[in-house]
Amino acid sequence: MSLSARVRVRRGMLHVELDVEVADGEVLAVLGPNGAGKSTLLRVLAGLLAPDAGRVEVDGVPWDDVARGVHLASHRRPLGMVFQDALLFPHLSVADNVAFGLRTRGTGRAAARAAVDGWLTRVELDGLGGRRPAELSGGQAQRAALARALVGDPALLLLDEPLSALDARTRLTVRAVLRRHLAAFAGSTVLVTHDPVDAMALADRVVVVEEGRVVQAGTPVEVSRRPRTDYVARLVGLSLLPGTGQGRTVRLDGGGEVAVAEEVTGPVFAAVRPESVALYLARPEGSPRNVWLLRLAGAVPHGTTVRCELEGAVPLVADVTATAFAELGLAPGAEVWAAVKASEVAVYAR
Amino acid sequence: MSRTGRTGAGVPVPLMIPAALAVAFLVLPLAGLLVRAPWSGLAEQLTAPGVGSALRLSLVSATAATAVSLVLGVPLAWVLARSRVRGRAVLRALVTVPLVLPPVVGGVALFLVLGRQGIVGSWLDETFGITIPFTTTAVVIAQTFVAMPFLVVSVEGALRAADARFEDVAATLGADRWTTFRRVTLPMVAPGVAAGAVLCWARALGEFGATITFAGNFPGTTQTMPVAVYLALQRDPEAAVALSLVLLAVSLATLLLLRDRWLGRAGVAP
Repeated sequence: MSLSARVRVRRGMLHVELDVEVADGEVLAVLGPNGAGKSTLLRVLAGLLAPDAGRVEVDGVPWDDVARGVHLASHRRPLGMVFQDALLFPHLSVADNVAFGLRTRGTGRAAARAAVDGWLTRVELDGLGGRRPAELSGGQAQRAALARALVGDPALLLLDEPLSALDARTRLTVRAVLRRHLAAFAGSTVLVTHDPVDAMALADRVVVVEEGRVVQAGTPVEVSRRPRTDYVARLVGLSLLPGTGQGRTVRLDGGGEVAVAEEVTGPVFAAVRPESVALYLARPEGSPRNVWLLRLAGAVPHGTTVRCELEGAVPLVADVTATAFAELGLAPGAEVWAAVKASEVAVYAR
Repeated sequence: MSRTGRTGAGVPVPLMIPAALAVAFLVLPLAGLLVRAPWSGLAEQLTAPGVGSALRLSLVSATAATAVSLVLGVPLAWVLARSRVRGRAVLRALVTVPLVLPPVVGGVALFLVLGRQGIVGSWLDETFGITIPFTTTAVVIAQTFVAMPFLVVSVEGALRAADARFEDVAATLGADRWTTFRRVTLPMVAPGVAAGAVLCWARALGEFGATITFAGNFPGTTQTMPVAVYLALQRDPEAAVALSLVLLAVSLATLLLLRDRWLGRAGVAP
């Protein structure tokens, strides 16, 4: 089972041009900001939106082929979809919700019942089948929605921001359930999310989409270590500095210079993790080769640390402990010295 | 934010006085009806020949008109709310014309189409020997013509308010549009359909102009309660008051039913 799609859709200002391939049992995360065209892609794959051009093929069967006038209606596609808000039918019990796809596709009452009971157990909702969706917590509802999508043994599973409506703690448990079931799922999965943690935790491969196009593709580790756009860098908490390599120095496009530990030439990205930036009120003496006088643009608490946004020749994000931040006594607009060891700067070709 | 003054605090006088006048204007006639009602002779009035048959005819025809409106009007509401048919705006305008049209004009129009000399009526008469005007069927048709738009507008509103994403979910679960309509859309807008049906029924029950124009006034077959009230007022005002009381009671019961059973629930529907 595999998905191969070439999708072209024009929606107002947005031109979606996305090509995706997902192998058997593989989970592809489509990561990107709101309005990037992720959901449009998913709606095309689901058959809810006809593409303007392109082709969608699953297991060698064309679901969409605009050139040949093929468009398989949504209800004829063997797929399962999980939506952001679970969207359990409010007038049906949880068990009837899970059974819905089986019943419409012609499974008998008794067989559907048995399959539903099995799936309710698998998503840890035993005994809750008789409840109304309104009586479930957000996490329970999303697990029921997962069971409803998977019970029909689909060829393609589509997940549209499945965790983003949940609170932080619930997200952890549902993510674990999702992870387990995705590992066991034999078909192809496309996960749309704007949360890099979901992508890292659940996907085998990530494509980053901005303004309707793929801007980066790779394994989660590659994408998080070596972001290619500001958007991804921000998501994974890195400062991304594009520049040109000259020996052990990167001359930034923005004007500053960054010393690095290896010889580099040509267009490169230098990436700095926020925790490797140290801040000082006076110019530090000694080893670090990278010392810049920057301005504090803003500061927000981030866990037990304070995330400081710095602007100047080398725009950086720095994480300092709350105590250190208090001792520095910085107000927005104040000047501060930032230091980074050359060995802490990741550098890779653009 | 919340001003919870005790004695109408926050209502400016220029609004307060007209509002009070409006309440008086709406309530006093009904109060007058109750005060002037011939309570002692009421039982006698209501058991008089003709009253029972008029009441029965009204209930039966209004119910039949509601049934026809449901069967035809709910699909029409779906088409208006969900389909991408061209000229939907024009269609909606046409459908809602009977809402603003004087009912007596509706009656004349029906007569011109379905009367013996009418476009459809003459064909029905020649081909099947069916004559519609001045029959109970004509009563039901007149009431449906006037009342169905209420149902259509109400159901269309409910459909627009309902979250269409549930229909996408149903499609991804293998349901075609008809199955989706039956198993998802209709159950979800059921409170709106019920409210629309009650409104439609109440409107059909009170129908006068189109009915008397198209169906006439034959006791037992076309003389509904409103027609009976109007005629009674000319020869026996006490009887008219008694009949009016019955219609008032039915209307109030409808309002209560609407408020408690359906409107309340429709208001909090997810």
